[in-house]
Amino acid sequence: MKKPGAVTFNHNPLLEKGLPAWRPRLVLIGLLLGSITLVSRAAYLQGFNDDFLKAKGESRYARVIDIPATRGRITDRNGDIMAVSTPVSSIWAIPPDVRLSPSDTRQLAGLLEMEVDEVSRRLATQGDFVYLKRQLSPDIARRIAELKLPGIHQQREYRRYYPSGEVMAHVLGFTGVDDKGQEGVELAFEADLAGQSGSRRVIRDRRGQIVEDAGSIRAPRDGQDVALSIDVKLQYLAHTALQHAIELHKAKAGAIVVLDVRTGEVLALVNAPTFNPNNRANLSGAQLRNRVLTDIYEPGSTMKPFIAALALERGVVNPQTVINTDPGRITIGRATISDVKRHGPLTVAQVIQKSSNVGTVKMAQHFAPEEMWRMFDSLGFGAPLKLGFPGEAGGRLRAAKTWKPIEQATMSFGHGISASLMQMAHAYLAFARDGELLPVSLTRVSEAPSGAKRVFSVETARKMREILELATGPGGTAPKAQVQGYRVAGKTGTAHKLEGGRYTNKYISSFVGFAPVSDPRIVVAVMIDEPTAGKHYGGTVAAPIFARVTEGALRALGVAPDAPLVPLQVAGGNGEKREAPRGNM
Amino acid sequence: MIRMDAFMLMIVVASALGVVASQHHSRKVFVALEREQARTHELEVEWGQLQLEQSTWATLARIERIARTRLELGEPRPGQAILIEGVR
Repeated sequence: MKKPGAVTFNHNPLLEKGLPAWRPRLVLIGLLLGSITLVSRAAYLQGFNDDFLKAKGESRYARVIDIPATRGRITDRNGDIMAVSTPVSSIWAIPPDVRLSPSDTRQLAGLLEMEVDEVSRRLATQGDFVYLKRQLSPDIARRIAELKLPGIHQQREYRRYYPSGEVMAHVLGFTGVDDKGQEGVELAFEADLAGQSGSRRVIRDRRGQIVEDAGSIRAPRDGQDVALSIDVKLQYLAHTALQHAIELHKAKAGAIVVLDVRTGEVLALVNAPTFNPNNRANLSGAQLRNRVLTDIYEPGSTMKPFIAALALERGVVNPQTVINTDPGRITIGRATISDVKRHGPLTVAQVIQKSSNVGTVKMAQHFAPEEMWRMFDSLGFGAPLKLGFPGEAGGRLRAAKTWKPIEQATMSFGHGISASLMQMAHAYLAFARDGELLPVSLTRVSEAPSGAKRVFSVETARKMREILELATGPGGTAPKAQVQGYRVAGKTGTAHKLEGGRYTNKYISSFVGFAPVSDPRIVVAVMIDEPTAGKHYGGTVAAPIFARVTEGALRALGVAPDAPLVPLQVAGGNGEKREAPRGNM
Repeated sequence: MIRMDAFMLMIVVASALGVVASQHHSRKVFVALEREQARTHELEVEWGQLQLEQSTWATLARIERIARTRLELGEPRPGQAILIEGVR
């Protein structure tokens, strides 16, 4: 039944009213334009500008991951490990994400070996990132990861370990928390030791596992190992000898360096006070100072042999030339230089043997300042030795033109000129090596470097060796430098310390020498800063340390004895047996 | 004509399945490779740690302490050493 006038869809009165023809067309055109826009946009995104979306899509599953490179190891000359990096983990948190129950916190604090309060306090900090603890061992890190705590994350890092501890501290230096060198060899050889981390692009699945390589791999370059010239046996020997001496003489500081005469390698380099590089809390500047390379001091009498050598070289004197040192004083300008005691007439050899200031000054007066300066310069004084060690000191050697006569005189016995202990040891190579100087090396060298430089003639060096041997003999300043079974030679030094431009009654006792005299193998330089236990002469303080180090070093190096072995039994190849005092064997 | 089409379709399907299978295989092998590489790395790390441990045990200070106290060794006193001449 239809109501009259009812409107159905098909009988809509509006339809009967003809629409203007433009309206449907307008709608049609509008719809067409819309579709064309959409289709062309789609075509553009799919066909022409597809890189952007592809990259976006890939970024959902492809990742670039870093491949960490390990830092090179440092070994001694025999390959013993001196420094090695092993992975550790740092635990960090995003505080807003952290939701921990009290028992979780307790467990976490227990694993971190921290107080619960401390952990809570760190987690309560504002900000998005906080380290809870850095450089944890991998075991503990794994157990923390197993707790699966929300907002607690780990980061893999490397930590450097130094198994030799304080024995090698000053040579090796240390790295910072980011595994970059900050001191010593770690800094000097940073370019070799540091690796370059690589990266690769991978595709990960839903569970985060890597399922495919997606090209563009940059291989990591591990750091190179560095083999030092140090012999850990000699290093340890020098370290214990020095520690013992520092305690015995209540000294402020000290240092020893041992050089290989044949190759110029540094076999040992120790300092006191020292520090433990594995635990660097509460470090003081005094502990960090490397007195062998970065500190300079006035060497005192250890300089005298160079003046004597120059005098011999120029033919001004020969070892038997007599110099009158009476009355034990000499006045130059307004200053007076005196000997410890009156020696009377001395031969050149005795001047060195007894360490006469007056005798040395009289020898030095034969030379023009320029001549002396040239010798000091050729021996390597006044400029760093260029070992590549950070902060290496060059010492002070003023230009010859500015020297006053009194300064030339004091320089002849090692005052008014300064050098590092390494420079002293290096300069003594000239005596030990028949007049030649070699560049010093901190890394192992396979054969003697070619850069040998002649400073003195062979004859001069040999004569000087004999003279320096006298200094360690009876009547010399350092009979305590003698070593069982080996002939040793060297020179003592006892220098007043210069503080604020004035000489004080504090001393630096030193001894620089070499052994065995017949064919020198090592140069040993010892320096003790401010011995306060009563004795301060180089012959009583530094010479016994020299003897102890030299004896042990020559034995460790397997050097054949060159002195008559009175107290030893000798089982001769000729069947003869020499009698010797019996020990309980 | 229809037979030809069916045959082609079969070949296409078979090759598609082959692609899937080989992709799966390659992923499995890759995961295995990945695992072995991780193991290599772990072993390297362990080696480093063992070297560290070895050098810690072999510290000269420790050797000296044991030699002197437990083994009661010492430097030869004069008279205790015999020098053999004519060697070397």
